[in-house]
Amino acid sequence: SLDFLDDVRRMNKRQLYYQVLNFGMIVSSALMIWKGLMVVTGSESPIVVVLSGSMEPAFHRGDLLFLTNRIEDPIRVGEIVVFRIEGREIPIVHRVLKIHEKQNGDIKFLTKGDNNAVDDRGLYKQGQHWLEKKDVVGRARGFVPYIGIVTILMNDYPKFKYAVLFLLGLFVLVHRE
Amino acid sequence: RKNVEDFTGPRERSDLGFVTFDITADILNGKNGLQNFWNKNTLIIFDWNVKQLFLYLSAEYSTKNNALNQVVLWDKIMLRGDNPRLSLKDMKSKYFFFDDGNGLKGNRNITLTLSWNVVPNAGILPLVTGSGHVSVPFPDTYETTKSY
Repeated sequence: SLDFLDDVRRMNKRQLYYQVLNFGMIVSSALMIWKGLMVVTGSESPIVVVLSGSMEPAFHRGDLLFLTNRIEDPIRVGEIVVFRIEGREIPIVHRVLKIHEKQNGDIKFLTKGDNNAVDDRGLYKQGQHWLEKKDVVGRARGFVPYIGIVTILMNDYPKFKYAVLFLLGLFVLVHRE
Repeated sequence: RKNVEDFTGPRERSDLGFVTFDITADILNGKNGLQNFWNKNTLIIFDWNVKQLFLYLSAEYSTKNNALNQVVLWDKIMLRGDNPRLSLKDMKSKYFFFDDGNGLKGNRNITLTLSWNVVPNAGILPLVTGSGHVSVPFPDTYETTKSY
């Protein structure tokens, strides 16, 4: 009977390794899809969540935006760009109001939120009057409303984040059984 | 038409242009000749998936300093359900028309175009340019006095 128990223990270990590998594969696939999206769109962050109401009524907090950042697409007025201000982490989603482009393609531009009364010069870094291509994370090409609210909730309420992760973990375990 | 210190930007003197304009557009009927992204056969722009249009009037021109300049002079949000016919007269630009330098003086070819961004309930965000644009020349001298 001791041999039998050894067998069972060995089988469980093998099952465990199998689960871990399976899980690892799911995570790697997800990462590969994300990296693939980054390559296809040319953007370091192909999907972003709208964090403020400065583009209402078009976009609201929690809407999800799909970005591209292809060099062949020139920046033109009216486009919705997602950009980062030097030294700040949070990306901003606003519309291009003004562009000045040189013969060689160097461009400087000004942005403004649809829902803001003034342009973004006040938001830029001290002494910075224009945005440049390097500040751009991507151009908004499509969007889906509401879905991003989950990430905002997870950010603002860490308890919610743990709850979600816990439930996800539970689901994976229960499902495999 | 005036050479004024651009108080909103870098502290150098730049040309500031004053433009007044009329806009007549019939968006619903697509008289601006555009291809609607969702219904290529009909000319209905405000269909079930269009939440709003973000309209903007932009001025495009070339200067010695910059091969391409685009400045939004005026914009408007048109929600589904709003009157789709625009008939605006004698409008002043909503935003200051500052050039990056002194390229407006004597510039004979400033093109004004009406475009719009279609914002769907969900999906792709196309930018459309209306057909029909206007060329505006700026005079060779600055105005010294102006009641605006």
